[in-house]
Amino acid sequence: MQVYYFTEQPYYPTWNNHAGSLRVNLPNKVVDPQTAGDLFHRYYDEWKMADELGYNIMVNEHHQTATCMSSTVIVGLSVLARETKNARILVLGYPIGHRPDPLRCAEELATIDVVSRGRLDMGFIKGVPYEFPASNQNPVGVMDRFWEAHDFILKAMTSHDAPFNWEGEYFHYRQVNVWPRPVQQPHPPVWTTTGNKAQARLLGEKGYVMATLGSGYATRPLYDAYRAGYLAKWKKPAPADRVAYLGLVAVADNETEARRRGELVAGYLRSSAIVHVPFRNPPGFLTVDDNARMLRGQSAPRSFTKDGRPINMHHGSVQDLIDAGILFCGTPDQVYDQIVDFTEYCGGMGNLLMMGHAGFLTHEDTVSNLELFSKQVMPRLKAYRQPVPEATAAA
Amino acid sequence: MPDAIKSLVVNGVTIEAVERGSGRPILFLHPGIGIDPAAPVLTELAKGGRVIAPSHPGFGTSQLPKGMTSVDDVSYFYLDLLDELDLRDVLVVGVGLGGWIAAEIAVKDSSRLSRLVMANAVGVKIGDRETRDIVDIWALMPDEFNALAYSDPKAGERDFKNLPEAESLAAARNREAYARLAWSPYMHNPKLKNRLHRIKLPTLFLWGMADRILSETYGRGYCGLIAGAKFEPIEKAGHFPHIEQPAEFARRVLAFADTAATPVARAKRA
Repeated sequence: MQVYYFTEQPYYPTWNNHAGSLRVNLPNKVVDPQTAGDLFHRYYDEWKMADELGYNIMVNEHHQTATCMSSTVIVGLSVLARETKNARILVLGYPIGHRPDPLRCAEELATIDVVSRGRLDMGFIKGVPYEFPASNQNPVGVMDRFWEAHDFILKAMTSHDAPFNWEGEYFHYRQVNVWPRPVQQPHPPVWTTTGNKAQARLLGEKGYVMATLGSGYATRPLYDAYRAGYLAKWKKPAPADRVAYLGLVAVADNETEARRRGELVAGYLRSSAIVHVPFRNPPGFLTVDDNARMLRGQSAPRSFTKDGRPINMHHGSVQDLIDAGILFCGTPDQVYDQIVDFTEYCGGMGNLLMMGHAGFLTHEDTVSNLELFSKQVMPRLKAYRQPVPEATAAA
Repeated sequence: MPDAIKSLVVNGVTIEAVERGSGRPILFLHPGIGIDPAAPVLTELAKGGRVIAPSHPGFGTSQLPKGMTSVDDVSYFYLDLLDELDLRDVLVVGVGLGGWIAAEIAVKDSSRLSRLVMANAVGVKIGDRETRDIVDIWALMPDEFNALAYSDPKAGERDFKNLPEAESLAAARNREAYARLAWSPYMHNPKLKNRLHRIKLPTLFLWGMADRILSETYGRGYCGLIAGAKFEPIEKAGHFPHIEQPAEFARRVLAFADTAATPVARAKRA
């Protein structure tokens, strides 16, 4: 199992000082740019340390939000391409359906791959609901735009003999010829996320790495859909490295300290839901059927424990989050056992996206969390033998 | 009167429409929230003509043809519909988004039209680039929307939990279809303003004065862009005067339709 260390680079000083919305419409006057600079340097230092400890790295972006200061992944990728030496650098993700200019995306990512000497993992995402009021892209039909941007970026990265022409539904170019071309051939690995079974199957057919974020005990059906698509297309079982899972991680020498850290890392979940309600569901983001069900008050719970007890991921206790497979928390032995147990439930999972810092977790705690995990959990996860999905059929 | 709902096929696209009454054709173009087939306004309007009230492509149960993503596209669809039904001297009545569609139809080809009624219509930019002409409805809670859109906010309340499933499906579909057409540029076509001089039809702007999604200034400014257009306020009505004052709305529309056509002064080019 590979482990990617991730933080959202939060501007946590405002987390207790907002008027009901940390995203989109929280005025930026509450940001002290000096403090923001201090935090960016701290987060980059922690990623650099993670690189030295043997982690891979994951970065992301959100917009107009105190939950995540990174508003363009390219800045973080650029810094890390030069500051780190060994880590794979995963962007998860780049919201290409929102971008006006996918040629610029292809140029940026190809350059990052060159500067990092071929360490880029290229995650393309739809983006969370709150991104649409910020980017102003129409949420209706955004996936059509996403796939055209995806097709274009891959063609731009893999065309080397002559400039090409692109006159699509959304994007138009006359002389596409990306300089420099990426190091990894034919292009950096493609990752993406989904919470939808039909999409999971499609991603299996494409063979991309599919990540699910905090999906807990709703994960297995998505992985199985992916595996079915992969098997149908590639005529062999999907390797465990084709799926990834983002979980929160808090580890310490003793359980009491681990749970204190777990509460702070769970601050990510507690804060992520603080957003002006209409921004949570722009028109067209969910399907018509899902929206109609919501109007009728029939929304199914998103998170539940292994034995089927629904929990609220935004307000649940540390124990709830552990039970739901969203937070891995405890001593190194406990955390290892929790991750393995979850991986067995998944039928295999080859990439742990480890949110090892959030919110008010201090630099010292973050360093301790990373060091302890890297010394006492990661080596065992790297040696861990992935299960065969058929041997661990979901209940 | 569900029997009044029929299917129309235009260029292979099937849409639903309410048809009621007889005589001169009245094409009713619904606002972004869709059309209730049982809306009293349709019965009221049918006292003075043959009302045809379609659900726009993508709304209600109407099909959405591939590539129909703008009001410009929808306006061509309706020009095809007028041809298909071979309608002449059509009174076009549009509310909100429907008014925008009506204007886009009329600037392209008004040869089958007789008059135009624009009720609390969107579609143009009136203020400067940093003035929000139209409240961002997709940044509002349902109760906030109702408070701004209606004279009596209760008129906008719907209890989907106790309504047939088809109603919640239509509402969800309408919300998506509305945004498909009007998300950005928000509720307008930047090109439309410079095309409105092409409208030579007698035009009435009916304006629910309690509308706080749009301002009266917006309505009067829009009205001033169409030569000879008249502006008439409707009291105790907001963004949807056809819902809050159906009888008064229909009375004004039909009275306008019955006045002798006076030649419209040639629009002056800007």
